[in-house]
Amino acid sequence: MNYLKQFLIIMGISTLGELLHELIPLTVPASIYGMLLMFAGLYTGLIPLSSVKDTGKWLVAVMPVMFIPAAAGLIDAAPLLKANGVAYALITVITTVLVMVIVGTVTQAVMRGGKKHD
Amino acid sequence: MIRSFFEASAYAGIFLTLGSYFIGMQIKKRFKSALFNPLLIGIILTMAFLLVAKVPYETYNSSAKYVSNLLTPATVCLAIPLYEQLEALKKNYKAIFAGILSGVLTSMTSVLGLSFLFGFDHADYVTFLPKSITTAIGMGVSQEYGGHVAITVAVIIITGILGNVMAETVLKLFKITEPVAKGIAIGSSSHAIGTSRAMELGEVEGAMSSLSIAISGILTVLFAMFYAGLL
Repeated sequence: MNYLKQFLIIMGISTLGELLHELIPLTVPASIYGMLLMFAGLYTGLIPLSSVKDTGKWLVAVMPVMFIPAAAGLIDAAPLLKANGVAYALITVITTVLVMVIVGTVTQAVMRGGKKHD
Repeated sequence: MIRSFFEASAYAGIFLTLGSYFIGMQIKKRFKSALFNPLLIGIILTMAFLLVAKVPYETYNSSAKYVSNLLTPATVCLAIPLYEQLEALKKNYKAIFAGILSGVLTSMTSVLGLSFLFGFDHADYVTFLPKSITTAIGMGVSQEYGGHVAITVAVIIITGILGNVMAETVLKLFKITEPVAKGIAIGSSSHAIGTSRAMELGEVEGAMSSLSIAISGILTVLFAMFYAGLL
């Protein structure tokens, strides 16, 4: 019964997220509305952590498997990869390193800057 | 034979999906290298099976889509770890927000610049726009703006593996030593797959990395409304 109730709450919030996605004319995925609603619920205490925690953590833990069906669609993307494969690879590597270095440097600088002023 | 069975079966696609990932997890257990990412192995095995058995993707997906449908509820539940890390967030919120914001802007601006350089069209550009964030949110962004979702998913996973494998070397090279800064850098650049590396580096690194997954995901959704119109 406990799991059923947790699943019910999570599905309810997901459905609300879809509803907001339908009603609000912004390109925000339904899952993001749902995530914000869930966070707001937990923060205000409207949704106690224990009422979603077990099922929620299970869903987060098995999430990788949910990406496989979409990614397997690459099978039909062979022509695209042939045309732009090298550019795709370059953009992936360059951006990843760049983001890591800049984020680390900025975060560290702000932390150390903040300490000096204290 | 296999193809006609797949057409009639409600579960064959789900079984293939779960089975491929399970084999990936077993391989990962044996060789503890980030190169053996269970998700990457799962995707390759699934595609290999479909190719060998000559099962069209659409036939497979008519069953496997029920697995994809759990993605929205799972993403909703990402709010749970975020809520649990609220205290850690409050302590360093200025540095954390500045860091994550710089990461989101760097990622989207560099994708924009390189897309111009390579002569990408709009679909290619928005395919890469959410490449640094978690797959669940990135897929949604790519879909909303008409990107190639399958490529977005693959690129996000490869980005995660790159971050996972290179994190220690890159951070050391650029003298990023504060545990909070290391965690935020890893999570912002390589989401959940990078986070598994951050968790090995330390508890603070791991918590900060998973925190940045949610925040950079949300910021990317917001900024995408502006960036998606630029190309």
